[in-house]
Amino acid sequence: MSYLYGKNMVGGYGGADILNGCSIKVNRGEIAVIVGPNGAGKSTAMKAILGLLKLKEGKIELNGQDITKISPQERVKYGMAFVPQTNNVFNSMTVRENLEMGAHLREDNILNTLNQVFKLFPVLKDKEKQLAGELSGGQRQQVAVGRAMMTNPDFLLLDEPTAGVSPIVMNELFERILEIKNTGVSILIVEQNARQALSIADQGFVLVNGTNKISGTGSELLSNENVRRSFLGG
Amino acid sequence: MSTLVDIINAFALLSNFVLVPAISYGSQLALGALGVTLIFGILRFANFAHGDLMAFGTMITILFTWWFQSLNINLGFLPTAILALPFAIILTSMFAIIIEKSVFRFYRLNKSPPVILLIASIGVMFMINAIVRFIIGPNDQRFFDGEKFIIRAGEFKEITGLSEGIAIKSTQVITLIVTLVAVMLLFYFLNRTKTGKAMRAFSDNEDLALLSGVNPDRIVLITWIIAATLATIAGTLYGLDKSFKPFTYFMLLLPIFASAILGGIGSPIGAVVGGYIIAFSEIMLTYAYKKFFIYLLPDSLSPTGLVQLLSTDYKFAISFLILVIVLVLRPSGIFKGKTL
Repeated sequence: MSYLYGKNMVGGYGGADILNGCSIKVNRGEIAVIVGPNGAGKSTAMKAILGLLKLKEGKIELNGQDITKISPQERVKYGMAFVPQTNNVFNSMTVRENLEMGAHLREDNILNTLNQVFKLFPVLKDKEKQLAGELSGGQRQQVAVGRAMMTNPDFLLLDEPTAGVSPIVMNELFERILEIKNTGVSILIVEQNARQALSIADQGFVLVNGTNKISGTGSELLSNENVRRSFLGG
Repeated sequence: MSTLVDIINAFALLSNFVLVPAISYGSQLALGALGVTLIFGILRFANFAHGDLMAFGTMITILFTWWFQSLNINLGFLPTAILALPFAIILTSMFAIIIEKSVFRFYRLNKSPPVILLIASIGVMFMINAIVRFIIGPNDQRFFDGEKFIIRAGEFKEITGLSEGIAIKSTQVITLIVTLVAVMLLFYFLNRTKTGKAMRAFSDNEDLALLSGVNPDRIVLITWIIAATLATIAGTLYGLDKSFKPFTYFMLLLPIFASAILGGIGSPIGAVVGGYIIAFSEIMLTYAYKKFFIYLLPDSLSPTGLVQLLSTDYKFAISFLILVIVLVLRPSGIFKGKTL
C-alpha cells in the first residue's frame, strides 16, 4: 500500500493535455524520483499531485484517502510541503522569517523544528538575520527546503531542487535530502540531473509525453539499457 | 555684515514658515502614502480612491465631532476630533470592507490585471467623492476646537527677544505625535507579529505565501482595515491643521502618490521618507526667501524681489515634477520598491 498514489492522471493547462494517464506512487519513508526529457510533463505531474492543476481524469490518494478535490492550501494541512523550482523564498524577508513562514499554520512550539533545520543546513544558522534575497543560489535553495521542513511535513515535494546550483552544492543537497528521508519523511523529486537523482531514489518514474515509459527502483533504472541511452547520456 | 542675532532671526523665520509646516504636512503625506503603498504591495494595484477615502474618514470624524460638541463633550485644550477619531476609524474601516466585498473582490477573484483594478478604483473614487459631497457638502468645514497654539509668535519673541517668532500650532504637534505613534505601531505590527509577517510574505511572494498556508482573505481584510485607519488619521490631521474640503482631498492624491513612488512603492519606510521629501520640496520651493536674505546679506545685496522660485499656485507641479523625474531616473524609488 503506497503512501501517495496518483492514479491515471489526465490533464493540462487548457489546450492539449500534458498528462496522458500517468501514475506516480510514493511509498512511506521512501524517495521517488520523476525523470524524463523536457516537456514530458514531470513538473505538471507534481503540480497535479499538489492540486495546482485540475485533473480531467484519475485521482490522487494520500494515505488511502481521496484528496483529488482538495485545494492546495488544504493539502498543506494534510502534511504536504512543496518546494517550487523558482521564486521559492521570500526575498525581502530574513532567513529566520522565511523559516517562520513555513511554520505559519502551526500553533505549537517551533523551536525544535527550527533547530533541526539549522542542524541540517548549518549555513542558515549563520545567515539567520540576512535577507534571503541576498544569499547565493545554493543557500537560497537550502532556505526553500528549510521553509518546507518547518511545516513538519510527512510528504515533501521538490521541483528540480538542484536547478542552477553548482555540482558541489548539488551533491550536498542530495545528501541532505537523504537525511530528511531518514527522519521518516516521504519525498517526491522532479529532477533534470537524472543520474544523481536516481542514485538516491527508491522508486523512479520515467515520463515521456505524459505517460509512464519505464518504472522501477532507482538502481533498476540506472542499469536499464534504454534509460541509460535516452536520459543518462550512455 | 550680519550679526549673530540676524542669523538666528533668519533661521527662526525659516523654522516658522518652512520647517514646522513642512514637518506637519510631511507627516500627513506620509500617513496617506503608507496606505497607498500597503494597498499596492499587498493587493497589487494603485488605489486612486485613497484621497477620497481620506475625505470620507475625515467627514465621519467631523460628524462625530459636531455630535460630541452638541452634547458638550470635549477634551479641554485638545480638539474634540481626537475623541471622534476612533469612531471614524471603525466606520471607515467598515466602509472600506464593504467596498472591497462589493467591488474589488470580484476583480481579484477573477485574477484581473492590476490596470482593471486601478480603473475600478477610479470609479470608486468618484462614488466616494459623491457620497461625501452629498452628506457634508462641497464647502470648507472647520472643525477645530480647543487650544489653537502651543507657542504664539508673539510669546516666542517675548521670551527670546528675537524679532522673528516661531509659532507652533497645537495641530502641528498633535500631527507629529499621532504620526510617530501610528508609524511605530504599524512597523511593529509588520515586523514583529505573525500576521504582519504573513502580510509581508504575501506581498513578497503570493504563491509561496499560499503554499505556506497564509489565508489570503484574512490578509486582504486586514490590509483594508489598516489602509482605512491610516486614511482616516491622515485626513483628520490634515483637516485639523488646515480645513476640510472634499476637493482638496482629491487633489492630495498627487503628492501622496508622488511620496509613495519616490520612496519606492510597496516599501513602508519609503512612503514615510517620501512624504517628508515631497512636503519639504513643496514648501521650500514655494517659499519667498526675501526676508531671509535681508537678514543674512549686507544691505547693498538685499534682494528687491520676493526670491520665490515658484508661486504657491504651482505647488502641485512640484509633486508632479518629482514624480516624473523619479519614474524616468529611478522607477523603483529610493528604497527599491516594486517597479510600476
